[in-house]
Amino acid sequence: MSMAADERNGRAPWALAAPALMLFVGVLLIPLAMTVMLSFHDWGQYKGIEPVFILKNWREIATDPYYAEMFGRTFRIAILTTLLTALLGAPEAYILNRMDGRWKSFFLLIILGPLLISVVARTLGWALLFGGNNGLVNKLLMSAGVIRFPIPFMFTETGMVIALAHVMMPFMVLSVWAALQRLDPQIENAAMSLGAGPITTIRRIIMPQIMPGVLSGAIIVFSLSASAFATPAIIGGRRLKVAATLAYDEFLNTLNWPLGAAVATLLLVALVLIVVGSNALIERRYAEVFR
Amino acid sequence: MAYLELDRVAKQFGAQTVVDDFSLSVGKGEFISFLGPSGCGKTTTLQMIAGFLDPTRGAIRLESRDLAAIPPARRGLGIVFQSYALFPHMTAAENVAFGLEMRKVPRGERAERVRAALAMVGLAGYEDRHPRRMSGGQQQRVALARALVIKPNVLLLDEPLSNLDAKLREEMQIELRQIQRTIGTTTILVTHDQNEAMSLSDRIVVMSQGRIEQIGTPQETYEKPASAFVSQFLGKTNDFPGTIDRVVSPTQLVAGSWRAPAPAGLGGQVTVSVRPERIGFGETGLSAKIITRVFQGNHWLFQCDSECGPAIVIRQNDGKPQPAEGDAVRLTWRPEDMSVRAGASA
Ligand SMILES: Nc1ncnc2c1ncn2[C@@H]1O[C@H](COP(=O)(O)OP(=O)(O)O)[C@@H](O)[C@H]1O
Ligand SMILES: [Mg+2]
Repeated sequence: MSMAADERNGRAPWALAAPALMLFVGVLLIPLAMTVMLSFHDWGQYKGIEPVFILKNWREIATDPYYAEMFGRTFRIAILTTLLTALLGAPEAYILNRMDGRWKSFFLLIILGPLLISVVARTLGWALLFGGNNGLVNKLLMSAGVIRFPIPFMFTETGMVIALAHVMMPFMVLSVWAALQRLDPQIENAAMSLGAGPITTIRRIIMPQIMPGVLSGAIIVFSLSASAFATPAIIGGRRLKVAATLAYDEFLNTLNWPLGAAVATLLLVALVLIVVGSNALIERRYAEVFR
Repeated sequence: MAYLELDRVAKQFGAQTVVDDFSLSVGKGEFISFLGPSGCGKTTTLQMIAGFLDPTRGAIRLESRDLAAIPPARRGLGIVFQSYALFPHMTAAENVAFGLEMRKVPRGERAERVRAALAMVGLAGYEDRHPRRMSGGQQQRVALARALVIKPNVLLLDEPLSNLDAKLREEMQIELRQIQRTIGTTTILVTHDQNEAMSLSDRIVVMSQGRIEQIGTPQETYEKPASAFVSQFLGKTNDFPGTIDRVVSPTQLVAGSWRAPAPAGLGGQVTVSVRPERIGFGETGLSAKIITRVFQGNHWLFQCDSECGPAIVIRQNDGKPQPAEGDAVRLTWRPEDMSVRAGASA
């Protein structure tokens, strides 16, 4: 084997990967790097963006409690959304998995429904259904005498959590579904034959095995919810901002791009740390189930 | 008296009858095999005994008690599944302990019984292994220990050895038989492997298309197959067309140029079934020509073309000279080595 051949072999993978690599660098890494750079630039009402290296934006985010509140709300909403989807989605996937073929595909379609509808149409639908005094649900409940004042939905964190959970549900259900597919079809029979009742079987045998599915679903739902834009923008409007809508406003309304870039970068870094950290924890904890 | 009794049990899935008219009584401590080709309803029958499926008709009784109203969790049966169905998130010891936990066995006793059960199946020292870190044979042993540790009334095994390679399967067969002999648990084994059924069981239930073809000891089913299906399924066999001649006296059974006194109770067209190892080469008998001769170490395998159709003959390699390919021979056997069925062979 000559040296040249070895060299060619060494280079071939790079050459083959080059197009994809260039796309990755071009559309992801470069804009990302520019955003990070931008977050260190200065900005003034009249002077615009000044390409200098200062920590002004970062200091502002660190010291002004307004930003802490924004990020606190963002992660609170993301956590509650994740909990809600896990609480509803895991049982949903389990029930779905036990259904007969025809019903299974029908209900799977219904669960995937939210993903197939435009986020704007869907969220506006929610707004029409629940929003304000004229929302259909509030009207019905009030005319039925169940409530005297409309339940607030628009511009509330509850509203955002409910609307986000609706969109995110498919990710949780599919993730748990995938874990359920890996179960031995006789595993429940095995538990029963050893004397376990249905509740014990679910708690001791099924739950531990689908937990990795629930957790990876939770990671997806959490990161998508924390960086969600459209749903919080429509439900929360300008009054109830989260990190993503805040960054957007800095970019497009205040025109303070560097500050917006700092908010976006912080959101990204926080999410990456949380996702990578919890992923590592989960893989260590569930090494046996994943194998 | 019957310990476990299946009384005309049937199972239908929609319009399809998968098990029909299945009656069997199993004595205490007996080792029974359900033997039949894939899809003949063995697993379905086993699952009805276990309580995972409800019979469409018929009754299943354990110690004369009808099991219909008793859920699987309270039947007290030990089951080894074809896929083993071990709990992958638990260690071997935790898997085995699960049934004892459900029975609220105190911790100390539990640990002792788990240790003993794992030792019995040859897995001492593997307590803390997770199933996915074990080989197929080891997983199979954990599954067996898990089923046996609860001291089940009846042990149900659904093709427990079919996922193992041939050598390991043979080892496990011997071990399974020894364990069953030692602890004396009534056992039902489902298998499609006739050697496995024959080497392990006290009695074999041969099944085909949801129905029982024959129930008998391994020897009975092998030597006196009740139907063409049984004789074909249990090893190689030769089916020769024959007639019973009632004109001559005493009446004679004739197959080609082979003849013998006719067995009582039959007449006209019959099928004569002879195992290949029971056929010898003689001076008189069915005339045949040897097509191929294969040496297989401890025996010779001959494929012959006889006047009654193709025939296989197996001869022990006893060192004596054997006929060669192309030789004309006469095939003969003792009347007690054949089984005769009414009707022409299929
Ligand atoms: N749940 C079910 N629904 C419909 N048909 C079934 C079901 N379970 C088994 N069958 C059918 O019953 C027949 C017998 O199956 P099974 O008892 O598993 O056979 P074996 O274990 O002997 O291979 C097969 O034809 C199979 O397709
Ligand atoms: Mg089967």
